[in-house]
Amino acid sequence: MSSPFATRLARWMPRLAVAPGFALSFAFIYGLIAWNGVLSFSASRLLPNYEFVGLAQYVALFESERWRVALVNLGIFSGLFIGVGLALGLLLAILLDQKIRAEGALRTIYLYPMALSFIVTGTAWKWILNPGLGLEHLVRGWGFESFTFDWLVNPDMAIYTVVIAGVWQSAGFVMALFLAGLRGIDDSILKAAQIDGATLPRIYWRIIIPSLRPVFFSTLLVLAHISIKSFDLVMALTAGGPGFATDMPATFMYAMSFSRGQIGLGAASATIMLCTVAAIVVPYLYSELRGERR
Amino acid sequence: MRMTPTRTPARSTTRALHIAAVATLLCASLAARAGEVEVLHYWTSGGEAKAASALKATLQGKGHSWKDFAVAGGGGDSAMTVLKSRVVSGNAPAAAQIKGPSIQEWGNEGVLANLDDVAKANNWDALLPKVVSDVMKHKGHYVAVPVNVHRVNWLWANPEALKKANAKMPTNWDEFFVTAEALKKAGLIAVAHGGQNWQDFTTFESVALGVGGADFYRKALVQLDPATIKGPTMLKVLTTFKKVKGYTDKNAPGRDWNLATAMVIRGEAGMQLMGDWAKGEFIAANKAPGKDFLCAAAPGTGNAFTFNIDSFAMFKIKNTANLQAQKDMAAAIMSPEFQETFNLNKGSIPARLNMDMAKFDDCAKLSSKDFVATAKGNTLVPSIAHGMAVSSAAEGAIKDVVSQFWNTDTMTPEQAMDRLVAAAKTK
Repeated sequence: MSSPFATRLARWMPRLAVAPGFALSFAFIYGLIAWNGVLSFSASRLLPNYEFVGLAQYVALFESERWRVALVNLGIFSGLFIGVGLALGLLLAILLDQKIRAEGALRTIYLYPMALSFIVTGTAWKWILNPGLGLEHLVRGWGFESFTFDWLVNPDMAIYTVVIAGVWQSAGFVMALFLAGLRGIDDSILKAAQIDGATLPRIYWRIIIPSLRPVFFSTLLVLAHISIKSFDLVMALTAGGPGFATDMPATFMYAMSFSRGQIGLGAASATIMLCTVAAIVVPYLYSELRGERR
Repeated sequence: MRMTPTRTPARSTTRALHIAAVATLLCASLAARAGEVEVLHYWTSGGEAKAASALKATLQGKGHSWKDFAVAGGGGDSAMTVLKSRVVSGNAPAAAQIKGPSIQEWGNEGVLANLDDVAKANNWDALLPKVVSDVMKHKGHYVAVPVNVHRVNWLWANPEALKKANAKMPTNWDEFFVTAEALKKAGLIAVAHGGQNWQDFTTFESVALGVGGADFYRKALVQLDPATIKGPTMLKVLTTFKKVKGYTDKNAPGRDWNLATAMVIRGEAGMQLMGDWAKGEFIAANKAPGKDFLCAAAPGTGNAFTFNIDSFAMFKIKNTANLQAQKDMAAAIMSPEFQETFNLNKGSIPARLNMDMAKFDDCAKLSSKDFVATAKGNTLVPSIAHGMAVSSAAEGAIKDVVSQFWNTDTMTPEQAMDRLVAAAKTK
C-alpha cells in the first residue's frame, strides 16, 4: 500500500469517482440552463435556431395576457398554498403533539396524501369538485337543493380549487416536519417556563414557535419550489381551464414550447421562472452557508 | 484449439450465437436494400390503428419494410416533441403525420423532401382541390400527401330527443335557437358541449361560417384581416356564439368531446356541434345514421365546408433504397384503394376527388358531395380550430381569446374583438 502509485491512486480515487457524475450534471443541468437562456434571446419557432432577436421574446411575454394571468395565478396559488399549508400543518402537528392516543395511526393518515402523485390528487379532486358528480351533487342529494359549489367550472374561482387540492396533498407533509421539530425542543425549557407561570398559549407563541424557525425555513423552501413548478396538479385538475383561467407559468411554458411552436417564447418564460426560484433560494442558501462558517 | 467433451456444449452455444448474430446483420442489410420506411404517426386508437395497418400492408406488397413509430396521444403533441428531437439530431423518419400550416413551418426549417416527380407521375394536381394541394406544397413543391378529409362543420342530433321536444333539425342559427329552446323546455340538455378550449373554438368556427359565410370566414380567420375581425359581422358571430353557451350544461368544463357525444347517444342531450370523428362514436355504439342519429351541416353552413386534413410530410433522408420506399409510400397513399380502406376505417372521406363512394355511409356521402361542390363553388375553407388555417402561434392566441370570451361572462363582444385583433398579430 505504501508504493507511490498506491498513494497517488488513493488520492485521486475520490475525484475520479465523482468526476463523471459532476461532468454529467454540469452538462445536463447547467449546460441546458445556459442553452435555454440562449434560446430565449433567439427567434426559435418550431425548432431551435440562433437568429438573435434581443429582448423581443421577453417583450412579447410580458405583453401576453395569458402570461399575466399565469403570474397572477402563481401569486394567488403560492401565497395561499404556502400560507394555508404552513398554518394547517403546524396546527395539526401541535394537536398531534398533545400525547394523544393512536398518534401513530393518525400521523399515517395525515401523511398519506403525500404518497400520492399530484396527478392522482388532481384527478380525484376533479371528480370531487365537479358540480354534476361530486360535492354539489351529494349535498343536493341530501335535500339542500340550493347548495352551490361550482368553483371548478367558474373561471374566477377555479384557481382556488387548485389551492384546495394542493393544500390537501401537502399539509400532512408539513405536519410531519413540524412534529419532528416539536419533538426536538428541549423539555426542560418548557418546564422552566411553566414554573415561571407562563400559560400554554403563551408558551407556544413565545417559545415553541420561535424555536421552530429552521423548520419554517426548510418547509417554506420546499413548498415554494413546489408551487413555482406546479404543473401536474393543474394539468390533471383543470388543464389550465376554464379557458386559461388556471394557467400557471409551468403550463404556459409547456404550451408555448411544445404545442404552439414558440420555443423562443417558452424559453423566455422558463428563464423568468428560474429567476423567480433563484430569487428565493439564493438568499436562503447564502444565509445558511454564512451561518455554517460562523 | 483443444476441444474437451465437457466444454463442447458451451462452445457450440457461443458459435450458434455468433452465426445468429451474423445472420441477423445480413438480414438487416438485405432488408435495408429493399427499402424501409419509418413512419411516425399518432393513430393508436382502434379504428385509426386499423387504418394505419392498411397502409403498412400496401407497402409490404411492394416489397418494402415498414418500421412503425407510433407515439400515443390523439392530439399529436407528444408525437411532435419526439419528431423535433429526431430531426434536430439528424435522424428524421421517412414520413411523419403533420398537417396544415405546420407543413409550411417544417418546410421553412428546410428538412422536407421534394415529391414533385411522384406528384407529376400520378397527376396529383388534377386529383386534389386547389385549396388542399396548396396546403401540401411548400414554395410550390409537393412535400406532403393527404390521407383524408374531415368535415368540421357538422351538427349531430338525437332524433328521439327532437321528437320528444317536437322540434326539427335546424338549418340556420335562428332555427337552431328555436330547436334548442324546445329541447330545453322538454327537460333535456339542448347542446352537448365539452368545455375544452379546442371544443369552444370548434363551435366558434361553425358559428362564424354559418353567420358570416365563407367569404367572411376566409377574410377574418384565414387572412386575419383586422377590419373584418373588428366588424359588424364579427359582432353578430360573437353574440350568437355566446348565446349557444346558454344551452349547454354547466358541467361542461373539462369534459372530453366523446363524453359529450355519448350524451347525445344516450338521449340526455339533443345536439352536438363537432367534426365527423363524432360519427365513429355513434357507429361504435351500434347506431345507424339517419335512424338512430342525424347528421347535417352546422346551421347556416349547408353550402360550405371547413376541412381538417390529415397528411404525411416526407422528410429528407440519405439512403437511396429508402428513398424509393418513401416515394412508393407517397404514391400508395394517394391510390384509390388506400384512400377507400383508410377512410372507411377512420370515418372521414377521401381527399382524392372522383372517388366511388358506394361503400360509405350516408353522412360520408353527404360530406363527399359537399366537398366536391364547395371545392368548385369556392366555399371550401380550412378549419382554424384544427390547425389548418393559420400558424400554430396565431391559432393558439386566437383560441385563447375565443375560449376566454366563452368562459368569462363579464367580457363584452367589443372587448373580445379588440383582443382578437391583437391575437391575430401574433407571429
